[in-house]
Amino acid sequence: MTKPEASTVEKQLVKKPFKLFDFFYKYGTILTIALLILIFTWANPAFIDGNNLINILRSISIVTIIAIGVTISLSVNGFDLSVGSTASVANAVVISMFVWYSQNMFVAILVVLAAAILIGLINSLLIVKLRIPDMLTTLATMFIIQGIALTYTKGATVSENMVMPDGSYATGVISPLFVKMGQVPWIIVVMLVVVIVVHIFLTYTKHGRYMYIIGGNKEAARLSGIPVNKYKTIAYLLSAVLAAIGGMVLASRVMTAEINAGSPYLMDAVAAAFIGFSVLGAGKPNAFGTFVGAILIGILSNGLVMMSVPYYAMDIVKGAVLAFALGLTYYKQK
Amino acid sequence: MIQMNNISIHFPGVAALKNVSFLVEEGKAHALIGANGAGKSTLMKVLSGAYDHYSGEIYLHGEKVTIRTPKDAKQLGIQMVYQEVDTALIPSLSVGENIMLESMVHGMGKKQFIHWKSIHEKAAEILASLHVNIPTTKSISELTLAQKQMVLIARAVSDSCKCLILDEPTAPLSQTETEELFRLIGLLKKQGVAIIFISHRLPELFEICEEIMVMRNGESVMSEKVSETSPNQVVEKMLGKPLADQYPERSSSHGEHILEVKGLSDGNMIDHLDLHVKRGEILGLAGLVGAGKTEICKALFGEADTVSGEIFINGKKVKISSPYDAVRQGIVLIPEERRKEGLVVTESVSSNLSMSNLKKFSQMGGFLNFKHEKREAERMIEQLAIKTPSSETKVANLSGGNQQKVVIGKCIETDADIYIFDEPTKGVDVGAKREIFDLITALADQGKGVIYASSELTDILGMTDRLCVIYDGEIVKEMETKTTNEAEILFYSTGGK
Repeated sequence: MTKPEASTVEKQLVKKPFKLFDFFYKYGTILTIALLILIFTWANPAFIDGNNLINILRSISIVTIIAIGVTISLSVNGFDLSVGSTASVANAVVISMFVWYSQNMFVAILVVLAAAILIGLINSLLIVKLRIPDMLTTLATMFIIQGIALTYTKGATVSENMVMPDGSYATGVISPLFVKMGQVPWIIVVMLVVVIVVHIFLTYTKHGRYMYIIGGNKEAARLSGIPVNKYKTIAYLLSAVLAAIGGMVLASRVMTAEINAGSPYLMDAVAAAFIGFSVLGAGKPNAFGTFVGAILIGILSNGLVMMSVPYYAMDIVKGAVLAFALGLTYYKQK
Repeated sequence: MIQMNNISIHFPGVAALKNVSFLVEEGKAHALIGANGAGKSTLMKVLSGAYDHYSGEIYLHGEKVTIRTPKDAKQLGIQMVYQEVDTALIPSLSVGENIMLESMVHGMGKKQFIHWKSIHEKAAEILASLHVNIPTTKSISELTLAQKQMVLIARAVSDSCKCLILDEPTAPLSQTETEELFRLIGLLKKQGVAIIFISHRLPELFEICEEIMVMRNGESVMSEKVSETSPNQVVEKMLGKPLADQYPERSSSHGEHILEVKGLSDGNMIDHLDLHVKRGEILGLAGLVGAGKTEICKALFGEADTVSGEIFINGKKVKISSPYDAVRQGIVLIPEERRKEGLVVTESVSSNLSMSNLKKFSQMGGFLNFKHEKREAERMIEQLAIKTPSSETKVANLSGGNQQKVVIGKCIETDADIYIFDEPTKGVDVGAKREIFDLITALADQGKGVIYASSELTDILGMTDRLCVIYDGEIVKEMETKTTNEAEILFYSTGGK
């Protein structure tokens, strides 16, 4: 009778570390956020101040919206690298619509959305029809779109009262309603609406389920009669549209269109989406997780600034956090 | 030669092996057989050093040895050729490099430069000693599956191999390729190599093995000389109960035509093919591996690049140019590579079961009804006797046989009219086989049309009402199943006229 006892002991030994790992996998990101809040508050009590918290939410809004787009592209096992450039285009187009062409807000937004849909269609055409791997396609289109944005603005910053090539001043003004979008509370509301709508879409509708199935096994999805190409196209359209919304929020916040203003958001967005994989043990791209990922990045940036860490050292910390999160995700998949 | 004593191993929640002992003798072939999940592969992985947390002892030539890592096993001359040959080969490198991989990685010592000539000479020597004729400069990606297997065996014996483990080597091979493999095994036996042979195909085991061990639920239930047992006895031991009739009863009344195909071509192998299936009928597509059965199934399912021809379902002409169309018109395909083409292993059992027919579970605006989905999944799990802790368990955590059932369940869930099964019994053990046969029969009894493509002729004979023999993408003979026999089918499927 000694054998079974020995085996149960052995079993427990094997089991225990796994459970601990699972716990950290599920709640690691959230625990890290809690820990960071504690540390930053301890270092500087002003961190926990209501105004600062709102400040953090405001600062992550654009990243979150763009990251949600990346999340959708990841859900079909794709990868949209062109989101940063798309945001730049959206930023430039929406400001120029106001400043150069004196259009109203409705037209300006419509034009931007049309441009986004065009970008999404081009991406999906290259991926679905020419079958270029997703990441390579969007790497190429990232450059193209970035170039288009630069060419469109002729490499200049677009803003109210800017000097036009013919020497005159631009006369258009940015709609005050549009500017509101970039201010608290609306900038946070827009972000939350995007997160909630996409979360519902991915988790509670059959379309979202189809996307995850395609992402999990494209071949099985196709043989089950799921229109794979249609859903991949939808994913890239949504990704581009969300990137464009992110670009417009950026525009309304800064009220100018700097060259390549959207590009820096790409890396943060990708980081947020990947950190989000493991949140609550989802193990796959998900909107809520992405939001948590963006919060983590936002708190890190904000807290480090408050602790007077120089901005040029910030990327070291951000990269380390991303590596850690990816380590969790891929170690788990093994 | 090798003696494994009281091997036990546990994984979280399960005891995969319970005090298993196994004796391997020089120059003999040992059959290892058991249902899926019986512990065959686990036992072999212990022997080849894939696990280090087992208990028990292993002796080589009476001396106690420790095998805890793959390297230990290899140093003792124990080599294993896994079922998925592609995972062990590097497709972009040549045959010679792949054969000599071990020595290129471990045997180089301080040398930094590779002497290509000697690599290829040595590889050619090994291939010649096995009487295998493959040029060593050919790239792996140009080889057939059988040739890849030969390369792997050549690699295994390149390094003083004393014991060779073959995990279901014949599953993907054709008849002639299998014979070639058996010749090779015979040769190795003469050279004093011990062979351990895992297979689900009993006749093979009885053909080439001297010893047989049957496993069930992680225990060894029988260890016998092959000459002193019979296939029926082995199957009974595997199942743990007397063998019932292998094939279910079939009623022979059929309705009107449910599927009619005229002039089907896929622009490649299939050219102007005609066939039809009636309600309640099981039509067999018999033929050797590579005869074009899979291609026909895929063409019917809109899977081929260019499909032409007319397809009628219930007398109505339909257009099928993609699997999406096919499913909408009521055709489903249960693919051969079920794990690869049929499942999303990272998703739960219930979302795999519902994926072909999510419409059924969604309400207005495409919102999913999770309760309905779960209820239906639980019903299906019970109906198909899928062994899973819950409907939310990820499919990756189920055993092979249960994954198969999930794929079939998924297809039943679509409420289609026509079911195409491509090699439904591939890699399935005897017990689960009968369950799958029952499922297929039940579909036919409900008035569905079933197409059953397989190279297992006994299964085709036991299951179908009518059969078409396929050779080189063509139907060379159509017969009532009752009026034919295995020899006749084999005659036509090897190109006889």
